[in-house]
Amino acid sequence: MPKITFVDSEGRARTVEAEIGSTVMEAAIRDSIPEILAECGGACACATCHVYVDDAWIGKTGKATPMEEDMLDFAFDVRPTSRLCCQIKVSADLDGLVVRTPGKQG
Amino acid sequence: MTDIIATDVVIVGAGPAGLFAVFELGLLDIKAHLIDILPRAGGQCSELYPEKPIYDIPGFPIVTGQGLVDNLMKQIEPFHPTFHFGEMVEAVETLGTPERPAFRVKTDAGKVFECKAVLVAAGGGSFQPKKPPIAGIDKFEGTSVHYAVRRMEDFRDRNVMIVGGGDSALDWTLNLHPFAKRITLVHRRDDFRGAPHSVNAMRELVASGKMDLMIGQVAALAGEGADLTAATVKLNDGATRDVAIERLMPFFGLTMKLGPIADWGLNLHENLVPVDTEKFETSTPGVFAVGDINTYPGKLKLILSGFHEVALAAQRVHRYVYPDKKLTFQYTTSSTNLQKKLGVN
Ligand SMILES: Cc1cc2nc3c(=O)[nH]c(=O)nc-3n(C[C@H](O)[C@H](O)[C@H](O)COP(=O)(O)OP(=O)(O)OC[C@H]3O[C@@H](n4cnc5c(N)ncnc54)[C@H](O)[C@@H]3O)c2cc1C
Ligand code: FES
Repeated sequence: MPKITFVDSEGRARTVEAEIGSTVMEAAIRDSIPEILAECGGACACATCHVYVDDAWIGKTGKATPMEEDMLDFAFDVRPTSRLCCQIKVSADLDGLVVRTPGKQG
Repeated sequence: MTDIIATDVVIVGAGPAGLFAVFELGLLDIKAHLIDILPRAGGQCSELYPEKPIYDIPGFPIVTGQGLVDNLMKQIEPFHPTFHFGEMVEAVETLGTPERPAFRVKTDAGKVFECKAVLVAAGGGSFQPKKPPIAGIDKFEGTSVHYAVRRMEDFRDRNVMIVGGGDSALDWTLNLHPFAKRITLVHRRDDFRGAPHSVNAMRELVASGKMDLMIGQVAALAGEGADLTAATVKLNDGATRDVAIERLMPFFGLTMKLGPIADWGLNLHENLVPVDTEKFETSTPGVFAVGDINTYPGKLKLILSGFHEVALAAQRVHRYVYPDKKLTFQYTTSSTNLQKKLGVN
């Protein structure tokens, strides 16, 4: 299974396994990653699953869709690498993905 | 003194559970008032996912969040519930005895209700504005930082900064423009979700030099005591700007917070209200909890669970409202008595 690393706002890294076809958010919630709230359960309706994709990976995860961009308006400290991780589908290509979580989700 | 509104039941929260409770109570001749902090009915369904499809409402293969709410509103119309929107229930005080409970319910708008039972249908808590994590913002809240406009006068001849890209940010930009000294709108990107005509109106004001638009994010605030004097905006091109302002209005949407429910003397378990599964009553006789706010073994946070819970809770509420009347079980399909109440017979 692909591995995903979440680095929290204090720099602590946690690596979890993610099922192909699930979302990065689901992998985070299953392993109780702190700083990911996912209040809406992945419906792209809450912006509390905000992450910063590591620069090296932005080409592989792709960019936010217009709907996701609209939702990102509700997140804080949005950067060019910002994504809502419920909208990132896990594929074999994403094995090793690194994302950072913001200090405050909402 | 404020007039006391007397009614059978006060329902806290007008989400799907609170709305359907009006129906189940209404069939038993029980009158209800509903109070919600939001300006409209529907709770999470209308606030978080009005256009998204729901597939697990029995009898509706597919219905949108708003579609479901519209149908519920139609279904409860015969019972003429009274809605009190834009008000937060702050206090629930127990009067009466456990056998004959009575309650006094107070809202932040100063309304006072007296009732025989309270249905807490508060979902994930009351919807409240998200507060941006800008250092020191707390000390300006209520004086210089506002999440809603209560009095337009507070903004007259002030330098106002509005943050956000949706309808709230745009509407207040346009509404406050004639009052304020100068308006600066700050948004993280040069794309706005708001209604196109509002976006156009805002762009015209910017083009004619009547207001400022900055594409970036607020990084810091400065002021004296509780009075804001300036905001530092980090522009997307990397530059930073200090803007002299006296008022800041951030619009980052809403989040659910348990809120005052914690102070009502109810037992709580991880921000949820434990209930029994026969009547969905809390540790306080006469106070019920239904929908997402309650917890019991096997609880599922589904709309259909809330519907089931309000039907059972209504049976017990009947005992408190009509202690001397016996309840007989009836179907809406065949009972002329129920059909009369529904206005179909
Ligand atoms: C994106 C998303 C998708 C979902 N999809 C489904 C689905 O497919 N199927 C399904 O069954 N469920 C779904 N749900 C869950 C469903 O929406 C909830 O179970 C349901 O809304 C709960 O209803 P409720 O009436 O208990 O509470 P809510 O809908 O949360 O409403 C509670 C209301 O109470 C108000 N309130 C709280 N405290 C106070 C107070 N002190 N004073 C005044 N007002 C107060 C709040 O403002 C709110 O409006 C989904 C939820 C989300 C977020
Ligand atoms: S979980 Fe709500 S937007 Fe991703």
